[in-house]
Amino acid sequence: MKLKGADILMECLLEQEVDTVFGYPGGTVINLYDSLYKYSDKINHILTAHEQGASHAADGYARSTGKVGVCIATSGPGATNLTTGIATAFMDSSPVVFLTCNVGENFIGKDSFQECDTVGITMPITKCNYLVKDVNEIASTVRAAFAMARSGRPGPVVIDFLTNITSQETEYTPLPVEKHAESGRLATLMSRPSHNLKPHEPEGDIDKLIEMIEASEKPMVICGGGVVRSRAQDEFKTFVELADSPVAITIMGGGGFDGSNPLSTNMIGMHGSQASNRAVDACDLLISVGCRFNERVTLDVKQFARNAKIVHIDIDRSEIDKNVKTDHHIIGDAKRVLEILNSKLKQQDHTPWKEYVFQFPTEQEYDYPEGDNLTPKMITDVIAKVLPEKTIVATDVGQHQMWAIQHLHFTYPGQLLTSGGFGAMGFGLGAAIGAQVGNPDQCVLHVTGDGSFRMNFNELCTAKKYGLPIITVIFNNSVLGMVRQWQTLMYDERFSQTDLDRGPDFVKLAEAFGLMGARCTTRAELETALRTALENKEGAVIECPIDKWELVRPMVPGGRAITNFIVD
Amino acid sequence: MNNMEKTYTLSVLVDNEPGVLSQVSRMFTRKGYNIESLAVGTTHDPTISRITIEIKTTKDKAELTCNQVRKLLPVHSVKLLSRDEAIKRELLMIKLATKDSLERNEIMQIANIFRASVIDVSTSSITLAVIGDAEKNAAIESLLEHCRIMELVRTGIVALERGTATIDEDTKEKGEFDYGKNVL
Repeated sequence: MKLKGADILMECLLEQEVDTVFGYPGGTVINLYDSLYKYSDKINHILTAHEQGASHAADGYARSTGKVGVCIATSGPGATNLTTGIATAFMDSSPVVFLTCNVGENFIGKDSFQECDTVGITMPITKCNYLVKDVNEIASTVRAAFAMARSGRPGPVVIDFLTNITSQETEYTPLPVEKHAESGRLATLMSRPSHNLKPHEPEGDIDKLIEMIEASEKPMVICGGGVVRSRAQDEFKTFVELADSPVAITIMGGGGFDGSNPLSTNMIGMHGSQASNRAVDACDLLISVGCRFNERVTLDVKQFARNAKIVHIDIDRSEIDKNVKTDHHIIGDAKRVLEILNSKLKQQDHTPWKEYVFQFPTEQEYDYPEGDNLTPKMITDVIAKVLPEKTIVATDVGQHQMWAIQHLHFTYPGQLLTSGGFGAMGFGLGAAIGAQVGNPDQCVLHVTGDGSFRMNFNELCTAKKYGLPIITVIFNNSVLGMVRQWQTLMYDERFSQTDLDRGPDFVKLAEAFGLMGARCTTRAELETALRTALENKEGAVIECPIDKWELVRPMVPGGRAITNFIVD
Repeated sequence: MNNMEKTYTLSVLVDNEPGVLSQVSRMFTRKGYNIESLAVGTTHDPTISRITIEIKTTKDKAELTCNQVRKLLPVHSVKLLSRDEAIKRELLMIKLATKDSLERNEIMQIANIFRASVIDVSTSSITLAVIGDAEKNAAIESLLEHCRIMELVRTGIVALERGTATIDEDTKEKGEFDYGKNVL
């Protein structure tokens, strides 16, 4: 059938079973929005306040559902507003397809109104990107983009369409996803010599790992983001139980392994637990599953796991030996590799080693101070007590992020949504919106700080408009806490520009958006506010003032050995 | 040893498509490496181009960069060519101002020694083309330095391995990189 370019795009989204997109209209995407109008019974469009919010929402939707997120924005400023969201998705390997239009063929390259080189700008922060100049290429490009976004190591893909082709007509032939590889761009990709090689079989590598595990007395496993992306939580659990090994969890690995499992030593790295970091230091075999050894995990790389043989399991070969030198590696999808591994590995017993590791705290121990004032640990305790166990937690970036990840235990992939790699303040609310849209029956909690929240709280109007019952909890210490923490510990308390002691009144702000607002100074008040918010199901902003001298503990300052803790 | 800066030659097979060169060269600019030499052209398969890049860096960093390039979707294969295993050549064209036939003769004699060809002559200029490795081209350049060089251009180094070895051999490592790039 003959269809307009924009309608072909809609049909291609339907081929991918997309029913939800996030975005913001503009001059060059007006044809896309005209088609969305026509397809509104099949595709639900969530209109955000800002393109950045839409980008994080599509990302949060993708992370929490495991599906590919879709986000639409206009040319020029629309596209540049997406970039923080694209980079966030890229660093955390989240599958999102970003659709933008550029100015028409007659205007491109002439510095026209709202023109920018979207493909050039997004090249370093996408898995791949396309400029589509021919209406006949739309279907084939969209099909390739979705395949790219979700295959291998997932990631964001940008498609920039010249606006004039979205109104041109051409023949469209519906094609089920299974047949996409048979024509167009994907067929070209499949015909490449590199795809004609015999499939890579990691069997031999797995056998070698089994020998290493059998020879090890002190094994340690790291649960990285790859376990989450591959939804390999069951295989991972079986594996570490068979290997009888303690497990440290990275920030991106949150939800890949149950933090309350007796084998879990919890978080690793700069704010990792003493048990995690000491175990990594003392172990004789370190097996990383889907973790890329970021410097926030390894700290001083020369001393990292200095007594251990390091084995790296990853889908992306370029991660091997990038940050740490490894002794062995296995390339493959975490789920598949662990399946084969589990079928061959015999039950191990490492009781003495576990006794050694678990003598160290897996979580920072805090004394509850005198008086009623809230502390970060109190807030996370109340959250864990009041909110349902399966609550999806979206965080922003900073101290509150670390407190939330240290003390809330995540049990399934997609439960923790956090900007681990890129560290984008302002990620949380957008991500929470995406998660709530994708998981309407789940409780969604947005944990934030006053600094992060002020960056993108404009999206409260989006939550309100679509009736999303997101509960925002603000750890308000009136300072840019994490930077201030560094200034406290490493800059002799020279607090340069980290006082955020300014408005707005967050309760009034919430009310201005038509949401419930509450300021809680005690545990009891916080419990009540959370319960009310849960019952109301209308969304709430709960502000918790905390002391500005609260520090995230333990901490290992960057560049030091991983056991060089500041505990108190 | 691994911290010594040397010139490394990378050969890269890529899809012959817009933007690919930009993606590959970005891997070097990202790390602040200056590309000393760059040559691009199609191969016997017109859908595939070969990029030859020379950079000055350490061995570790060169290998790391190779891995980052290997990961790019339009990249088929990458090889770091060692000095001993590779044959390297570049084409140098040099235009010299000449005032008389005496001067032209002198230049043509130098050209003969280096098996350079005279590809253009006018009453007041002469243009030579010479194919050679970096050393040979540097030698002719220095011999002609006292002449009046109007313009000089080089294609950039192109390189092939000696013997039967080729860039796209089926190795375990290549299989591992390709696994991550599989789109299905």
